[in-house]
Amino acid sequence: MDFFILMLTFPLVSGALLTVFGERAWAPNLNIIASLGTFLCAAGLTAEIVASGPRMVFGEEFFIDSLNVFLVTLTAFVGLTTSIFSGPYMKNEQEHGRLTKPRLRLYKSMYQLFMFTMLVALTTNNLGILWVAMEAATLTTVLLVSLYRTPASLEAAWKYFILCGVGIAQALFGTILLYFAAERVLGETGNALLWTHLVDVKGQLEPTIMSLSFIFLLVGYGTKVGLAPLHNWLPDAHAEGPTPISAVLSGLLLNVALYAILRCKVLADGAIGPGFAGNLMMGFGLFTLVVAAFFLSRQKDVKRMFAYSSIEHMGLITFAFGMGGAVANFAGLLHMTMHSLTKSAIFFAVGHATQKTGTQVMENIRGLMKINPLIGWGLMLGTLAILGMPPFGVFASEFMILTHAMKHHAWATPVLLLALGVAFAAIFGKVQPMVFGETEAKPLPHAPAITPVFLHLSLVLMLGLYIPPYLTRWFHEAARMLG
Amino acid sequence: MNFSGLLAQLFAIALALAAAPLLTGWVNQCRAWLQSRSAPPLLQPYYMLHKLFNKDVVLAHGASDLFRFAPFIVFGCMVLACAIIPSLSTDLPFAPSADTIALVGVFGLARIFISLAAMDIGTSFGSLGSRREMLVGFLAEPALLMVIFTTALISQSTSVATIVETLAHREFIIYPSLAFAGIAFTFVSLAENARVPVDNPATHLELTMIHEAMVLEYSGRHLALIEWAASLKLYAYSCLGLALFFPWGIAAGDSFLGLLAAVPLLAFKLAVGGFLLAVIETVNAKMRIFRAPEFLGTAFLLAVLGLLVRLLLETRV
Amino acid sequence: MNAAIPLTAQLINLFAAVILLLAFAMLAQRRVLPLINLFALQGLTLAASTIVAAVSTGQHHLYWSAGLTLLLKAALLPWILHRLVRRLHVKWEVESLINVPTTMLVGIGLVIIAFNVALPISQLSDTITRGTLGIALAVVMLAFLMMITRTKAIPQVVGFLAMENGLFLAATSATYGMPMVVELGIALDVLVGAIILGVFFFQIRDQFDSLDIRHMERLKDN
Repeated sequence: MDFFILMLTFPLVSGALLTVFGERAWAPNLNIIASLGTFLCAAGLTAEIVASGPRMVFGEEFFIDSLNVFLVTLTAFVGLTTSIFSGPYMKNEQEHGRLTKPRLRLYKSMYQLFMFTMLVALTTNNLGILWVAMEAATLTTVLLVSLYRTPASLEAAWKYFILCGVGIAQALFGTILLYFAAERVLGETGNALLWTHLVDVKGQLEPTIMSLSFIFLLVGYGTKVGLAPLHNWLPDAHAEGPTPISAVLSGLLLNVALYAILRCKVLADGAIGPGFAGNLMMGFGLFTLVVAAFFLSRQKDVKRMFAYSSIEHMGLITFAFGMGGAVANFAGLLHMTMHSLTKSAIFFAVGHATQKTGTQVMENIRGLMKINPLIGWGLMLGTLAILGMPPFGVFASEFMILTHAMKHHAWATPVLLLALGVAFAAIFGKVQPMVFGETEAKPLPHAPAITPVFLHLSLVLMLGLYIPPYLTRWFHEAARMLG
Repeated sequence: MNFSGLLAQLFAIALALAAAPLLTGWVNQCRAWLQSRSAPPLLQPYYMLHKLFNKDVVLAHGASDLFRFAPFIVFGCMVLACAIIPSLSTDLPFAPSADTIALVGVFGLARIFISLAAMDIGTSFGSLGSRREMLVGFLAEPALLMVIFTTALISQSTSVATIVETLAHREFIIYPSLAFAGIAFTFVSLAENARVPVDNPATHLELTMIHEAMVLEYSGRHLALIEWAASLKLYAYSCLGLALFFPWGIAAGDSFLGLLAAVPLLAFKLAVGGFLLAVIETVNAKMRIFRAPEFLGTAFLLAVLGLLVRLLLETRV
Repeated sequence: MNAAIPLTAQLINLFAAVILLLAFAMLAQRRVLPLINLFALQGLTLAASTIVAAVSTGQHHLYWSAGLTLLLKAALLPWILHRLVRRLHVKWEVESLINVPTTMLVGIGLVIIAFNVALPISQLSDTITRGTLGIALAVVMLAFLMMITRTKAIPQVVGFLAMENGLFLAATSATYGMPMVVELGIALDVLVGAIILGVFFFQIRDQFDSLDIRHMERLKDN
């Protein structure tokens, strides 16, 4: 039984089924079952890779190694918990009249197809197919961002489509240049876009072409990661779409885009020599971090604020990978995982909060603790986690990044500390009254489906305290491969 | 400079003086045919010149010497231009001094004088015409220069004679840059010769005039010289266009027989060119003045594109 | 100096120059229906250029690429766009944020930049079409300029699709095209993107009663 093939079939088939049957009562359950199936296959695949090392599937079209297998599992896991969260959440939205049944059908089918495209993007060996899958991932979510059909959501979806489209066109040009450089070395056999072959000959690739190609690839895929100054679409898209979509966009798609950049960075480092790609990434990452931290403080909408927080963390991760070296890469990978889990947990809690209070404006949300302690604690703990408080996992990775920066790139440390500090003050200052303030709203009579939030947060807590050895080994291998 | 060369040069100039009004008459006839109205006789411009030369000159009180001498200067510039442009042969005595940039300068000189003369009297229509003429000229000259640079790059020289020789004797290769330059040149010559779509030469509505407004005050032999100069300008531009883009048939030496043999081919090319000009004038409507910069901007753009395409596509194999 | 350029290379250069000219024409075009027709013409020229390259180099997959381009960009996408324009009942003039002559001048600047960027790469390539890489990059940048300076939705989309045209030209000029599977994937993406955009336009029109994207500039950081 090939876990990989099964893992891809689950989302594809269920996506097709949900297109037809999405309005039935059992559709949300089908969503959850499909996601569960995907996750179990991903876990099985992981066990296989950990045991026997990297492998290829379908000839050389798909390649699974230590770098992407944990991202695959992470994607499948967050996909599962999000589908569990979204079942009752979206039903609630429908009952409140904000969504209609056909739109829910679109939502469910596109959700599974989105999972499929992300999994393909993560596991493909062909850089051209990687591009195709990234663009397909954008396309599947465009209509989902505008699901509510409000003017703001339409604008957000339009910006998302156009800006990401332009960005990804740059990435295509970068891919073409990469293919051009590769063809000169590998010939026209069609293998010139396969990453495994490229990694073998990366020293022979022409440096001028590779540097130009990497710049286009960084700008292109960096638009999808949310690097400043190309981040304009992100706050809108993540804030205006339905909450489960915000969770997967923030938690998963940004990671996949960054993964694409990392694969290309390995090639660029081999061709141009270390330093060029890394410096570019450090520069962009730092700039993004600062821009996001300062914009954070001006936000009035809670989802927009957390979207900027995603940009901030992505900037930090890019900076870490830009620094390079085993420690920084390890920290980057760890932070990617922690950020996904925490950010999606926050969005779940925020989703519940906004659904109960009916508004996304932070000034109008108060006293969540009184309305329902579970939501209140969920949001509070999630915020503390994302801000890097110990003992949550985010603290560990941020600490590693900071210390590594202090040792090797001391000039960046004050900037980092300043940005992180500003973000801390802004978010904490805004969330604290939301959770603990006074309110006249009545407490909720029944408990919301808050399990996913605490599941994620407990994972983050656990990983902050103790990382199991196989996970450490795993991260080390991936970090070493990244150079 | 030997005697036969001088004779050949004089022959070319004489041909230009004689043929230019015929070209204008031919264009008017074609326009009339295309617009389904009966045409004036082919020699009508000659009749008009004859009439004007026999009339008295009427000058306004405030007219200065500039006003009286401008027509002669303009006419002289146009004759010089026609002498320089190799319509029949590339080896005439004036050829060594025939530099395309100087040619643009000669046209510019004529434009300056006629604009000044129009403003000399002080009427409002004169000033109106002058301002508009300067606007069109200001925008057309860079485009023309770019076209010339493109052709000069191909032939590595700015001398008209050298350009024509190089282009006439190369193999037939599709040069996209020349195609762009040709289209740009057409736009520019439409603008410079006051043709539709930039200016309607047959209009009598003063507020829409550019060229005609500048000559409203002229009469008698002055007006005759200016009209003749306008015909010569059209002839010169047509010959320039033919020399740059369709140079086959221009003789390479200065023997009299060679020149004579080149005349029918030139006549044929001018006839076709005149007909095409009439078609363009009939098909298009005159643009409003504020659109003229856009029109000429497009010409400039095409010329620059031709230049860039030349540099990128055609200088390396 | 130029006697060694074979006819096919001249034809390819000619087609590339026409594509660049069409890109500028699209930039200057004021009305929507001719804009879509210019886009179709550009796709047609692109397919023709690919076929000439296929004939002269004998690479068979280029025939398939050319066919795909012809089908998608010269026929299917313009048809979808025309249908959209008809059903949305819009026949507007294309407004732009900066006037046409300035746009043209900026366009020329971008072309010069693109040619400069592409020069070192063209010199390294040895395909018959390598001179056209600069033109391809210029077309991409012009399409990008068109997207930024237009205020209505459909011209922005046409700009987006024209960018894909430029990228396809870049692929064929530097490397005789990408592997077939990748090209099919890209074509599929473009098609699905166009369809999604179509659906999207109806949503926008229903909400705003207009397709002027300046209605959609209210989301700000406040």
